[in-house]
Amino acid sequence: MLGLQKLLGARRMPWVFLIPNLTAVLLFSLLPVFINIFYSVTGSDRLFPQERPYVGAANYETLLDCGNYLDPSTCSRDLFWRALGNTLLFVPVQVAAMIGIALFTAICINRDIRGRGFFRGIFFFPVMLSPVVVALTWQWILQRNGALNGLLTAVGLPPVNWLVLPDMAFFWSVFVTVWAHMGFFTIILLAGLQSIPRDVYEAAKMDSASPWRVFTRITLPMLKPTLLVVFILCVIRSVQTFDELYVLTGGGPGSATILIVQFIYETGFAIQPRNFGLAAAASLLLGAVLLVFTVIQLRLARGRSYD
Amino acid sequence: MSMKLAAIVPGTALGLLITAAAHAQQITVQCDDLGFGCDTMAPVVERFNQEHAGKTVKLEKVSYQTIVEALPVQLESGEGPDAAIVTDLGGLSRYYLDLTPYVDAAHFEQEFGRTLQWLRGSNPDGEAINGMPTSLTVNGAYVNLTLFEQAGVPVPQEGATWDEWAEAARQVADATQTDFPMEMDRSGHRFASFAISHGAELVDDEGNPVVDDGLRTAIEKFVEWHKNGTMPLDLWGAVGGSTHRELFTDFLNANVVFYFGGSWTLNQMDTEVGDLFEWAVVSAPCGPSSCTVMPGGGALVGFRHTDNPELVGEFINYIAQPENYKEIIAASVEIPAAASLIEGGVDYPSASERTREALATFTNQIPKMAPAAYRFQGWRFQRAMMNALTTRISQVINDELTVDAALERIKQDVELAMDAAKAGNQ
Repeated sequence: MLGLQKLLGARRMPWVFLIPNLTAVLLFSLLPVFINIFYSVTGSDRLFPQERPYVGAANYETLLDCGNYLDPSTCSRDLFWRALGNTLLFVPVQVAAMIGIALFTAICINRDIRGRGFFRGIFFFPVMLSPVVVALTWQWILQRNGALNGLLTAVGLPPVNWLVLPDMAFFWSVFVTVWAHMGFFTIILLAGLQSIPRDVYEAAKMDSASPWRVFTRITLPMLKPTLLVVFILCVIRSVQTFDELYVLTGGGPGSATILIVQFIYETGFAIQPRNFGLAAAASLLLGAVLLVFTVIQLRLARGRSYD
Repeated sequence: MSMKLAAIVPGTALGLLITAAAHAQQITVQCDDLGFGCDTMAPVVERFNQEHAGKTVKLEKVSYQTIVEALPVQLESGEGPDAAIVTDLGGLSRYYLDLTPYVDAAHFEQEFGRTLQWLRGSNPDGEAINGMPTSLTVNGAYVNLTLFEQAGVPVPQEGATWDEWAEAARQVADATQTDFPMEMDRSGHRFASFAISHGAELVDDEGNPVVDDGLRTAIEKFVEWHKNGTMPLDLWGAVGGSTHRELFTDFLNANVVFYFGGSWTLNQMDTEVGDLFEWAVVSAPCGPSSCTVMPGGGALVGFRHTDNPELVGEFINYIAQPENYKEIIAASVEIPAAASLIEGGVDYPSASERTREALATFTNQIPKMAPAAYRFQGWRFQRAMMNALTTRISQVINDELTVDAALERIKQDVELAMDAAKAGNQ
């Protein structure tokens, strides 16, 4: 090492230590992005690059060909736009619900209540389940002859076909995904809450501060760094949502719950012949949208750090 | 001396091992455990291995989903088993090995001539033998006879139309407080029967998608049945995309009068319903154009990338021998694909009398199938059309599209898939 340092100089040595990580990032992050770009500008249902003719921007043109971008039915690939629209609605609703409920739950189980350990386990339990198991369980609960309708009819209420009505199906999509992943974020927020010094709360108590004032003036500001991490993780998870909904609703009824990842999967892998080029183009367009959101997030994070 | 011996013996043994390994041939055959699959083929495969010293056929049992989704990706990357039982017959055609030099071609033409073209993909008029059709499946209708009896409604006879069946099923459901009169799997294959019997062509002789008045009539009627409660919204209404969904449990639990599914659930009916209620498989309901159902089935095919094409051919030829083939078909309780067995019939020692009758009814539909049904089944872009049908019809049921818009979209979807495939052939 010393010999190498003599050869390169001390200032260049950090780059030597970065080589393993840089190699991994190049191979497993950047290379797939370039491969994806290559596929998005080539056509055919073939996998090997040499069998894929260059088609230029044809895949992007197919996806972006729209009479009116606010009306998916005027678009050449209407399902792409429906999926994009659903995703843009699903992500903020799900993230807000997820963080709100996870924060409320974390505050509850942070208090000195009886059976606190049990509740912590209960809330975390769904996180350990396979997404397909989650979806099949809720399908069993929500279907026409499911457990929920069994309860309703037992108390004399008419059964509801929960997954047939578009709005209801969207609600359950959010509900099921929040239920499945909330525990993970609850644990992170709980750790954040426990890192807030107790004496701050004791001082507030001595000043007779109301619970709401304590929450808004102490808890929230001191939890901001943790909340930011949770927010970013939550948005990433939300945009990636696929498996639970694919099994639960298949994107239906109609196209009410189809999300962008399902469109990409079906186009590239489920429908014969497989259209890898169109799927790659759709994923890159999604990447562009996410990039915009990431920049906004980073700006917000930077602003907050100066608070 | 002993030192020399000690050197020679292991050396010779190693040499013999290498030579034997060089001559030993092994192939892997991927199959699932349903019907004509790994379980029912196993005794015949074992016999083959015993009769062919130095040659080994290894069965690799996987799920049906693996064959549908993972196998095509393996094949596209030049990997995968040497042979497999597949159901996307035309869609995978470019990976198939031409078995003509290795099998009794005349026997194959005589026994499987009508369905061999399904394996030829974009060249259906060619003469290549790309595999051996294993069994035929036929979609069709199961009827709860007990509910008909309780309602006092006569069961429509052979030749009854879809409308007559719908009307009768509605009367039965009303009289017996059954949840729904009719159900159909959410599957483009099932819907194709309905559409073709209403005059839809779906694909023409040149392999172009056809969207015609027959298809329009079928979609309109199908949507209306979902709106007026003849069919439940749980399948075609509640689900989106290309997802396959079925609720055969509704029929098993006597919650539906008429269920349009397929011959592959006969064993399930036999074992799970038994004598709990009277049921029957009925002849294909008729539309204005024909009384057709859709054929389907699997095929044992070899793949081009194999290192042992001769052994693949020899093995498939062995399975196709009448005594071996008949043994597997009888064990799998499925409809044979071989002409001589369709005509002569098969004994199914493990099946009940009712199941045998149902199998006979399914088999009787084969001669009545419309040419359009055969053409559609053998079309390379059949799955693209079927996916478009399920997606777009569900959208019409949910008022996202009009029937006209859906027809336009179905055509666009298939043409886009065809363009993608054509680009690969440039």
